[in-house]
Amino acid sequence: MSQASTTSELLPEPGSRAPDIAFKWLASLAAMTIVVLIVLVGWQLYAGSRMSIAKFGAGFLWSQEWDPVQDKYGALPFIFGTLVSSLLALLIAVPLGVATALFLTELAPMKLRQPIIMAIEMLAAVPSVIFGLWGIFILIPWLRDHLFVWLKHTLGFLPLFQGPIYGVSMLAAGIIIAIMILPIITSISREILRSVPNLQREAAYALGATRWEVLKIAVLSYARRGLFGAAILGLGRALGETMAVTMVIGNRPQIAASLFAPGYTLASVIANEFAEATSDLYLNSLFELGLVLLAVTICVNILAQIMLKSMTGSGPIKVN
Amino acid sequence: MKKLFTLCALAALSATGASAQMLINGAGATFPQQIYTKWFSEYQKVDPSVSFNYQGIGSGGGQKQILAETVDFGASDGPMSDENLAKAPRQLWHIPTVAGAVAVSYNLEGNPQLNLDGPTLAGIFLGTITKWNDPAIAALNADAKLPDVDIVVVHRSDGSGTSFIFTDYLSHVSPDWKSKVGKGVSVSWPVGLGGKGNAGVAGQVKQTPGAIGYVELAYAHQNKLPFANMKNAAGIFITPTVDSVTAALASATIPDDFRFSMVNAPGTTAYPIAGTTWLLVYAEQKDHAKGEKLVQFLKWAYANGEQLAPSLDYAPLPDAVLKRALERVQSIKY
Repeated sequence: MSQASTTSELLPEPGSRAPDIAFKWLASLAAMTIVVLIVLVGWQLYAGSRMSIAKFGAGFLWSQEWDPVQDKYGALPFIFGTLVSSLLALLIAVPLGVATALFLTELAPMKLRQPIIMAIEMLAAVPSVIFGLWGIFILIPWLRDHLFVWLKHTLGFLPLFQGPIYGVSMLAAGIIIAIMILPIITSISREILRSVPNLQREAAYALGATRWEVLKIAVLSYARRGLFGAAILGLGRALGETMAVTMVIGNRPQIAASLFAPGYTLASVIANEFAEATSDLYLNSLFELGLVLLAVTICVNILAQIMLKSMTGSGPIKVN
Repeated sequence: MKKLFTLCALAALSATGASAQMLINGAGATFPQQIYTKWFSEYQKVDPSVSFNYQGIGSGGGQKQILAETVDFGASDGPMSDENLAKAPRQLWHIPTVAGAVAVSYNLEGNPQLNLDGPTLAGIFLGTITKWNDPAIAALNADAKLPDVDIVVVHRSDGSGTSFIFTDYLSHVSPDWKSKVGKGVSVSWPVGLGGKGNAGVAGQVKQTPGAIGYVELAYAHQNKLPFANMKNAAGIFITPTVDSVTAALASATIPDDFRFSMVNAPGTTAYPIAGTTWLLVYAEQKDHAKGEKLVQFLKWAYANGEQLAPSLDYAPLPDAVLKRALERVQSIKY
């Protein structure tokens, strides 16, 4: 009896769909807000950069000049710096993050897992400017005196590792960003690996696979798409990283083949120059850099979605 | 519930009661922020009925906000351009407050005391002088042992009044610099690395053997960085100090609107890389009460505030300039 009455209290009057409809509207409203926000941000950036768009046109995108004194502006070195530093970061952080996640879900003894997870989550809580300061005073001198010297010595035949070593450089920025996006990539990869059904592993073991083969054919291939998604989320953060990057990248708007050379990113130049920009065209150009950054981020994400779609689905493993 | 409401109402009432104290808002340059903060807190003791709120958002922001009249006064490290000044709805005065020097710091083994002159410094920052044992540097430093090391140039990456003063100086002493680079809060640097803020530049200079960079004098003092003596217009090597900056101000030519540059000033004891900073105040104040308080504060700052400047490594205005600036303050209508 009592059970029946509770159920009837919990359920709305039969036939009343009002809560359903209200919830649907509320949820759609919330979802639309995000779309509207993006459109508004884009519009505001466009409105703020009209003058420079009119003056420089599409040439803004491939001009290499950035001269506030002559009022001549171009975005190419900044686009280059943003893309290269983010890609470097991914190259370092994805293998490291996925390997850490594999270790945590498959290999680490239970006792070790929680402390390592905590350490990684703490890394995510460190503010960007702290990474920057650590970068200037500890990482850069070490890179300059040891790692870079070694790289130049062993791989110096590649144009990537030639030229004078200052410490602050594109590579230093890539390393700092890699450290900063490592937590997000590791956490998401871990969740994805955990969601791989145990049946997969057991089936592989049953076929006589070694541990490495189990990881390769049962776990990694099953989780491939999800891991790619984790990398994309990391890339999203890397593209917009500002403070720490500007402290270690050298802030020089140039396109250099060497990773030891200083560079500059879109987010950094906006943060650096916006406060003191006085001429209208200068401010407009900084706004346009913001618009370019938004466009670059969207393009990279769309590209990633296309790549994700073209990947074969996460079906059951094929045994030849 | 009712109780809560009454509490809220009471809180709101007491909040409006507290704001009977007048609040004057200002925004702009970061370079003088330390001395302004000091002035505001000292002035609070003199006149508790008014309090000042200053946002160090940068000179560009300060100019924009005073033009839009969203603040009661602006502040800028560089004089406003004619173009921007023309946008002002009414006459906008530049009121000079204090001056500061830019020190040229370096990182050389053994920390030799260097002497430099304008053309050499311009050559280094243009990238035409690339080694520390270059004859141009050696000629100025007969006693110092100069190593055969590459010069690593470090400049500010963020737009700043410090860069403005530095590039203004280089434009004065080097025609090459003037035509190729010019002066501004941000310029297109021919060579070198960009560091964010004084701390970023000083950090990179400290970390990089063979580096040279420029920082505010106050910053160089507080962090015990080595800095070069600069040859001034009279041909004498001068150490940057508060006194040598005030000497530069005293010998600079100052036009009626106070939009002046004091780099490479002619005085024999003047340090050449120095600049002043301004408050931006409308000649006719819209709000009578606020205008009155603002003028009273400015008079106090000239009478009592200037002497606080040296303790924070800012140079006070010399008497002659002070007298002219005070007349300008007294002419503000409210």
